[in-house]
Amino acid sequence: MAYQMNFAPVMALAPQLFEGAFNTLILSGQSIVAGIAIGVVGAVGRTEGPRWLDRAIGAYVELFRNTPLLVQLFLIFFGLPYIGLRLSANAAAIIAVALNLGAYSTEILRAGLQAIPRTQIEAGLALGMSRLQVVRYVVIVPALRIIYPALTGQLTLTLLGSSIASAISATELTAAGARIESTTFRSLETFLCVAVIYIAMTFTFRFIYWLIGLLLFRRKAPPKPSLIADISEISRVGV
Amino acid sequence: MSALHINEIQKYFGALLVLDGVSLDIAQSEVVAVIGRSGSGKSTMLRCINGLEKIQAGSIEVAGHRIGPQGGDLRSLRKEVGMVFQSYNLFPHLTVLENVTLAPKVVKGVGREEAEAIAHDVLRRVGLAEKSGAYSDELSGGQQQRVAIARSLAMQPKVMLFDEVTSALDPELTGEVLKTMEELADAGMTMVLVTHEMGFARQVADRTVFMHKGKVWEQGPSEELFSYPQTPELRNFIAPNLK
Repeated sequence: MAYQMNFAPVMALAPQLFEGAFNTLILSGQSIVAGIAIGVVGAVGRTEGPRWLDRAIGAYVELFRNTPLLVQLFLIFFGLPYIGLRLSANAAAIIAVALNLGAYSTEILRAGLQAIPRTQIEAGLALGMSRLQVVRYVVIVPALRIIYPALTGQLTLTLLGSSIASAISATELTAAGARIESTTFRSLETFLCVAVIYIAMTFTFRFIYWLIGLLLFRRKAPPKPSLIADISEISRVGV
Repeated sequence: MSALHINEIQKYFGALLVLDGVSLDIAQSEVVAVIGRSGSGKSTMLRCINGLEKIQAGSIEVAGHRIGPQGGDLRSLRKEVGMVFQSYNLFPHLTVLENVTLAPKVVKGVGREEAEAIAHDVLRRVGLAEKSGAYSDELSGGQQQRVAIARSLAMQPKVMLFDEVTSALDPELTGEVLKTMEELADAGMTMVLVTHEMGFARQVADRTVFMHKGKVWEQGPSEELFSYPQTPELRNFIAPNLK
């Protein structure tokens, strides 16, 4: 006999799902803000800072990109109490997800900074700007533009990755789903609902990223410094 | 009193000696053209003047600031020494007006209205007052280079450095840039220009310096230098240019 879907018991507990979804938004929103801040500091530190700083940030990046997020979460949640920091499950989850995103966004942002031609940096320096002013006014926006798809993709992974917080009984969406499943025994229906809510959230976030992109990058064409110079050079030689 | 004093500078790229004891004195309002083959060190010398390249020996004094092998207060120096590049290097995410106002605002702390007044003034000087809202990729190469000159002028520099500023331009666009530079020279700007435009050097520069093998090989008043080259190297270099 074919399986009969029955959403009614799950729907009865829908408020729990929405509460979980709300917590997922809060958790990943805080992680994203903190993670991007870490990434900006990390990327600028690696490209502009002294060698020891580059090495130190590099070690952090390698550590967090070569271990599973779940293991990082366990180490933070179970490890920090030993040094006197007792955290709630949600606080531990925010820290773990932020540090993880920080490592990935450090490398994504660094790739953007390095994609900006030296000549742009020299033009800024020649006008009397400090290196940090050059980064801030000359480099950041074109760099961000180059890596924007990669960065927003990583942010979507962060939103979804926050589900691992369910493993330490944080109160986010996946955990809410697991709780409902264990009382209703409607596993498929429960997680179908959970999946739909995740999709709704990621699409909403992607729409927001798109809007931010419109504001940041008013220019349509991507930056192509020196290309025009190269072409005219070629045509001149051709003549 | 000289506006720019280069004293026995040496510059290495790795083990390669590219500037071998270059000395040069440039007076207030003097226009000096630097010519020479690729690899003669002329662009490198120019880039040493505003500290984009470090020197390993000697010293440079410009607009009251000093650079030595230990470096110097480069930011203060660069406020007074403008530079225009071969590839224009306009900031592609900013409009023409934003390109020109950026440095006065963030480096000198000039207010927005004053910065824009300065920008409109210098854009008028280079003949591009009507392009202030455009982005660099909407401009021709010649227009971009004139904006780059305006951007540099907006800092009200005492000395301007031009690094092969017409080399990337189509021949029909070099004229407008050279005209802008000639007007600057006439207005009394102290200028050092690395150039392949022999005709322009001869006509506009008070003095021309011929660099060869990392040294100042020969120099003199432009007309004299081009008419009566003393060394065989300079004769060989300018012969094909003076058909």
